[in-house]
Amino acid sequence: MAHTALPADAVVVTRLRARDETMFAALVDAWSPGMLRAARAYVADEHTAQDVVQETWLGVLRGIDGFQGLSSLRTWVYRILVNKAKTRGVRDARIVPGLGVVVDDEDHGPTVDPARFRSTDDPYPGHWRSSPPAWPSPEDGAVAAETRRRLAAAPAGLPARQRVVVTLRDVTGHSSDEVCDLLSISTANQRVLLHRGRAALRAALEQHWIKEATA
Amino acid sequence: MNCDEFVELVTAYLDGALAPADEQRFVEHLTECDGCDRYLEQIRTTVRALGRLPEQGLAPEARDRLLAAFRDWPTG
Repeated sequence: MAHTALPADAVVVTRLRARDETMFAALVDAWSPGMLRAARAYVADEHTAQDVVQETWLGVLRGIDGFQGLSSLRTWVYRILVNKAKTRGVRDARIVPGLGVVVDDEDHGPTVDPARFRSTDDPYPGHWRSSPPAWPSPEDGAVAAETRRRLAAAPAGLPARQRVVVTLRDVTGHSSDEVCDLLSISTANQRVLLHRGRAALRAALEQHWIKEATA
Repeated sequence: MNCDEFVELVTAYLDGALAPADEQRFVEHLTECDGCDRYLEQIRTTVRALGRLPEQGLAPEARDRLLAAFRDWPTG
């Protein structure tokens, strides 16, 4: 998500503590879109995501005077968000409790259909039977818009933990370390979830472009 | 490296998390395999597009309520 230029954390925090409303409004406007996407990874609908983001900002108000700067301000805000979203998500029975503890079958096995690769009796076992079909160029504005439209809806189809990790890494742009910290999961676990989620989204786009090409 | 191994290492590669020997095998395979080159590019396209999803902000009433709450918040 695009970030409008905000001052350094220390400046933002000082101004929030001085109850500088312009600063608060700038922060709310800059971060709420990403926070809505992140909340949406946990809860069932847009309305609840809006609630979660509002509750988060109220939590920021409650906590800002005690913010110690041990993490970046953004990570601290997202930690509040994840906690509130998780609570709401569990209440809405949308997420698997114990994120990172449950090991599901969905975390294992190949991410690309094995039938796409040559079998062991082939002279080139494990190689593509035929290359993945080309996609229309993302340089084309209409293609890029269609891709984004597809992807905006697609994460809903992912298993909960993959959806959360893909959203935080790729949609809101958090680093691997930040995501591990926010979700209390290991680096290896985080990577597996990200890998499977991305592969599934790529496959969904591939299906879409194949269908378009044969339509 | 085979293609079915390559596709499972893509995320670790993009995170710069492959062991040096694996990264070398990965890159070597990439230079000689058009299918995997395309696969990696499609993953990159997917990731880039995820970072550019249309933005939606807080509902105006909700934003107004928050700013009002901020205004009335007692100084710590």
